[in-house]
Amino acid sequence: MSEPSVELDCRGIPCPRPVIELAKALPTVEVGELLAVVSDDPAARHDVPAWCRMRGQEYVGEDSTADGLPRYVVKRLT
Amino acid sequence: MTGPPGYLDTASAEPLHPAARETLLAALERGYADPRRLHGAGRDARLLLDNARAVVAECLGARPDEVGFTASGSEAVHRGLLGLLAAGSGGGIVHSAVEHSSVLHAAQWHASPAHVSVAVDSAARVDLDAMSTAARRPGVGVVALQAANQEVGTRQPVDDLDLPDDLPLFVDAAAAIGRMPLPTRWSALAGSAHKWGGPSGVGVLVVRRSTRWTTPFPGDDGLDHLGASVPAALAAAAALQAVLAEREETAARQHRQVDRIRACAAALPDTEVVGDPVERLPHLVTFSCLYISGDELVTGLDRRGFAVASGSACTASTLEPSHVLAAMGALTHGNVRVSLRRDTTDDEVERFCTAVTELVTDIRSGIGL
Repeated sequence: MSEPSVELDCRGIPCPRPVIELAKALPTVEVGELLAVVSDDPAARHDVPAWCRMRGQEYVGEDSTADGLPRYVVKRLT
Repeated sequence: MTGPPGYLDTASAEPLHPAARETLLAALERGYADPRRLHGAGRDARLLLDNARAVVAECLGARPDEVGFTASGSEAVHRGLLGLLAAGSGGGIVHSAVEHSSVLHAAQWHASPAHVSVAVDSAARVDLDAMSTAARRPGVGVVALQAANQEVGTRQPVDDLDLPDDLPLFVDAAAAIGRMPLPTRWSALAGSAHKWGGPSGVGVLVVRRSTRWTTPFPGDDGLDHLGASVPAALAAAAALQAVLAEREETAARQHRQVDRIRACAAALPDTEVVGDPVERLPHLVTFSCLYISGDELVTGLDRRGFAVASGSACTASTLEPSHVLAAMGALTHGNVRVSLRRDTTDDEVERFCTAVTELVTDIRSGIGL
């Protein structure tokens, strides 16, 4: 996948905060662009895709940061 | 007597049914002895225990000698499921991904490369074809499928499951007993009295006579766990009988009240109601609200006089969110599980709807979205 325009670092912050940050940052990327959130909270693995489904955005997938933390990538559709 | 207003967590523990209270108080005087002893007091306790067994058997469509009492629902699950494996040649457990943690813990404890967790759909209903296929894999010793889900209320199509004739089926009916007609085809079935209005500390394990079962733990090879309380077992039986006598009426009322809560939750912005809207337990509803943590909802509702449960990680004993919500692909934060008492009133439901709407609006207003 191409590199996201914006990456949010939410390590050490429990859900729902990473999802709240994602929602706040969405308007800062253009429609069609990617937005990523780094989170070590296991709930984010379920809640980022669920947020995409509920808010009509596209969940692109999960990869890892250079230091091995999960990073969840979202594409802005609306 | 009515239950405590605002208490909406009966899927964790239903308040003691009045019939159970009366029976328990009377049985405490008579049921103190060891029912295995041959003296008068022992015979008295044995009589009470056999009476409890006969009543539970009739309520669950079983024979008295197929019914055992344990010290908890989880213990009934562990003894039942692992006892089926112990009587066979061991092997793996094929189970749905949304079984109660007691089933999953039993599978972890009895490690086997042949275990299979079968996926569910977004309503938490198990994939019957996948389960049937998995059951035919080599090394499988037992299939475990719940009657209904304890967190989201969805009923599982247990009687439609296609299994090899000789493979035992274990049904965890803890969430379903006293609430809905039970599946009819199972080798062993487990339940928990405090989920139907009996006292806590009583589990029920039913094993069909045609089924091979042996105790998986040290001790005698009987279905009963010797620590089971005779007075509590009798009270559990009395509660079950009373609950079943009024089941259809209670279920119809609760089904309607849950429909009201579902509509209220669905009307909240960024909120999803999870679980099957129709094929479900009558008294239980679960929903998840975006941008809110489960503990904010539980403590906020508690301050407003309502007791509810949550499958969100912050309210659990681990950092992991509910495996049920995760398996469904549902939102795991902001989760609330509401389960009605048999005497929850329409007015209480309306007040709950108002409280949850105000609370969600309040919390969201502070987020800055």
